[in-house]
Amino acid sequence: MSLDSIFSWWGNNERLIALLVDALGQTLAMVFASGFIGFIFGIPLGVLLHLSKKSGLLENHALNKTLGIVVNIGRSIPFIILLVAIIPFTRFIVGSSIGTAAAIVPLTIAAIPFIARLVEGALLEVPSGLVEAAQAMGAKPRQIITKVLLPEALPGIINAVTITLVTLVGYSAMAGTVGGGGLGDVGIRYGYQRFDGTVMMITVVILVIETEIIQSVGDHLVKHVDHR
Amino acid sequence: MIEIRNVNKVFYQGERAINALSDINLNITQGCIYGVIGSSGAGKSTLIRCVNLLERPSSGNIIVDGIDLTLLSNQELTLTRRKIGMIFQHFNLLSSRTVFDNIGLPLELAGMNKKAIKLKVDGLLELVGLSDKSDSYPANLSGGQKQRVAIARALASDPKVLLCDEATSALDPATTLSILELLRKINQELNLTILLITHEMAVVKGICSEVAIIGDGKLVEQGRVGDIFAHPKTALARQFIRSTLDLSIPEDYRSRLLTEHVDNSYPLIRLEFTGASVDAPLISQVAREFNIDISILSSNMDYVGGVKFGLMLAEFFGAEDAAQQAIAFLKEHKVEIEVLGYVA
Repeated sequence: MSLDSIFSWWGNNERLIALLVDALGQTLAMVFASGFIGFIFGIPLGVLLHLSKKSGLLENHALNKTLGIVVNIGRSIPFIILLVAIIPFTRFIVGSSIGTAAAIVPLTIAAIPFIARLVEGALLEVPSGLVEAAQAMGAKPRQIITKVLLPEALPGIINAVTITLVTLVGYSAMAGTVGGGGLGDVGIRYGYQRFDGTVMMITVVILVIETEIIQSVGDHLVKHVDHR
Repeated sequence: MIEIRNVNKVFYQGERAINALSDINLNITQGCIYGVIGSSGAGKSTLIRCVNLLERPSSGNIIVDGIDLTLLSNQELTLTRRKIGMIFQHFNLLSSRTVFDNIGLPLELAGMNKKAIKLKVDGLLELVGLSDKSDSYPANLSGGQKQRVAIARALASDPKVLLCDEATSALDPATTLSILELLRKINQELNLTILLITHEMAVVKGICSEVAIIGDGKLVEQGRVGDIFAHPKTALARQFIRSTLDLSIPEDYRSRLLTEHVDNSYPLIRLEFTGASVDAPLISQVAREFNIDISILSSNMDYVGGVKFGLMLAEFFGAEDAAQQAIAFLKEHKVEIEVLGYVA
């Protein structure tokens, strides 16, 4: 299959092109919506995991253990199972268990513990001496978080955002199971179930380009904020 | 200004208790530069971290500017710490902030407005001589410049006390001198009380007016720097003073050194001058009086706090009994003598 065949196919299949454009929109909506909401919950969770650690700023063994277990459970459930298992919850949140909006719920649930661990890792990179210096200059715990920990971990956190978004691109392919649409869904239905290799190839190429863009924007931002 | 009363600190390593500090008492007066010296693991770092309660003492009291820190609530402690500046061995600057924003951080924490922060930080940049580095990031500064930024940051909230935790240990000798010079300047200009800990006697000698020697978690000696150099009472104190002098026998002399006197050999002698030594031109007196020639191999004399002290390695050429009389004369004048051997 050469590029020529893709171009000739492109000219003859306007209806499919509209479908792909729609699917791209759905993928982007799923990835960015779940990523965004995921970070709203995931970053505080990651911060909490870091702070409650032994000899952390707000050391709390019970809290740390509990959060750790919850996060690990969240991370160990295969996404395709999570997708189906939380259908009642999804219905409760968005009023329906099918469609793009419905897919965003399990994607978000899967993203939160993933993000939390990545953020925890990024915070771990901040030298403990900086927190100590902030304490010595009379910073309140909240100030240490907002003025020291998060800004110092920003390169790592942006890296976490990038990794999460790329992972969500992959997860979103499974969202077809609940009628979420998206490029992965088109790829499976046309390519796998109807043996249309060209469509599958096109969806894969678009996904590759999408991933590439997310990664390079992420890398660029990290470079911009990293002064270490 | 700083009073440390009966402070103990115990760490637990599993079941085993380690006494990092035992019954420490120190009284540091307003406006002085106080040095605490000790080898690594002696507990000096724990001690200075106890002063602003980064490390909470197991027992005892820490009183800074009349306030007993150990009795404060967390909230009160946070606010009180703003009057205690601290600098560190590894600077601990925020890599995400420019020099300007690093220095302005304590002011931001205190909720000062931008205009006032700018005014204050510009003044501090000038004080530490880094006005041209205002917009640089710490990663682009040298070690000495980083410590200057850290000092400016510590001074931003107009502290009454500055704690220096091995502040020059990561710096080369020339940079160390310039940082010590800066510390002396702020001590004089701002009448700031400085407590510094170090393992280098040269630092103490350079700027401290008083010194405490800590070993194995205990204070073994304390007093005015001149007095300690003049009359060290403990072996540990003597060892630290010697470390600033460091005189060793050159290798080729060592190989020629005999333990017993033989014909045509002359004694190699280490002379140690302390504060107790009689202040007179002893070397030339001895040479004249006992008709011997003295060849100085190496010498390290110093003058601290009104006292001459130091070490000297010398060969005494002359008749054997004349050399012995010369040694006796020097001992009489409180010069400590050690005959290291005889050189043929």
